[in-house]
Amino acid sequence: MVSRRLEKPVLLRYNACLMAISAKDFVSLLQDAGFNFFTGVPDSTLGGVIATLIERRVYVPAVREDEAVGLAAGAYMGGKIPAVLMQNSGLGTSLNALISLNLIYLQPCLLLVSWRGHDGKDAPEHLVMGQVMTKLLDLVRIPHRTLRAETVREDVGWAGQVFMSQRIPVALLVTTGVFS
Amino acid sequence: MRPEEGVITSRSRAIGAVLELLTDELVVVCNGFPSREVYALRDRPENFYMIGSMGLAPAIGLGVALAQPRRKVVVLDGDGNVLMAMGTLATVGALKPRNFVHIVFDNEVYGSTGNQPTLSQTVRLEQAAKAAGYKNVERVRELDDAVYETKMMLKEDGPSFLLVKVSELAEDVGRVGIEPAAMTERFRKAAMGGRAP
Repeated sequence: MVSRRLEKPVLLRYNACLMAISAKDFVSLLQDAGFNFFTGVPDSTLGGVIATLIERRVYVPAVREDEAVGLAAGAYMGGKIPAVLMQNSGLGTSLNALISLNLIYLQPCLLLVSWRGHDGKDAPEHLVMGQVMTKLLDLVRIPHRTLRAETVREDVGWAGQVFMSQRIPVALLVTTGVFS
Repeated sequence: MRPEEGVITSRSRAIGAVLELLTDELVVVCNGFPSREVYALRDRPENFYMIGSMGLAPAIGLGVALAQPRRKVVVLDGDGNVLMAMGTLATVGALKPRNFVHIVFDNEVYGSTGNQPTLSQTVRLEQAAKAAGYKNVERVRELDDAVYETKMMLKEDGPSFLLVKVSELAEDVGRVGIEPAAMTERFRKAAMGGRAP
């Protein structure tokens, strides 16, 4: 009974005010902000978002995160506003693309990165990246912000503003529990 | 002109022959000497020269092709580049963009770093492309065959993959003389038909 009620959009929005936003509402927010090309490699934290993107037929699945970054760069030059979804392990994979393509060619994209290893609570392979990720982004000068359900509109607005004004990748970091 | 019997065409000659066939196609060139040779032979606003991010030229080209489905996109690539990101063959093969032509100039070496051998001496890249799902796949050794196949692939629906065996010779050409950020804007404008905001 409760879960059926939660499927109603009004209640979902109410729910979002408290602690989480639905993946569907979040995708709509991105689309309303102008993002119209989505690619990436899946992570469980972003599962609902990717499912929504697939349902809306706007998702191009990539086989590696650096490939997704390349796809986004091409789409940007073709007139799209791209977003790349990935687990933070993929940041390591795409580092060279981000610094030798995006940052020097001024090719922007939104990086929607799941923060595995946040607070040191995750499988061992995620712990180091979870700990160093924000420092890594600072080091290569990619602006980032941790997405919070309470400020999701401002967060997306901020990312869009960095995207348009600086024309470089901008990251929104996603911890578990942000999406209902 | 046909190369001498047994002599493989230089990449520069093969690239030059391909470039002569182009009209308004959008071209993405891989890093290293291929970009420099294309820039020296026939620079045009529809050319994007990738100078870093080795392996990503077909991914960038695919992004352009998906964003501009009515424009033909030609990726000029090398064997070392393809080997570095072979997964992208699968992405192209699965998405099957009809406006995507992938031409690989295969000299079997990493030419920009001192001609160290690549695996394409033994690995048949065009068979990998075929298995991945490219629609038209050809492998050629002669210049006139490269010209014929390129003409066909520019006309036909893709995705198409042409492997052109070339010699190790690299032309003595300088670096690409366009700033990367300026290149993005130039190419973006060309891809969007002059309407880039």
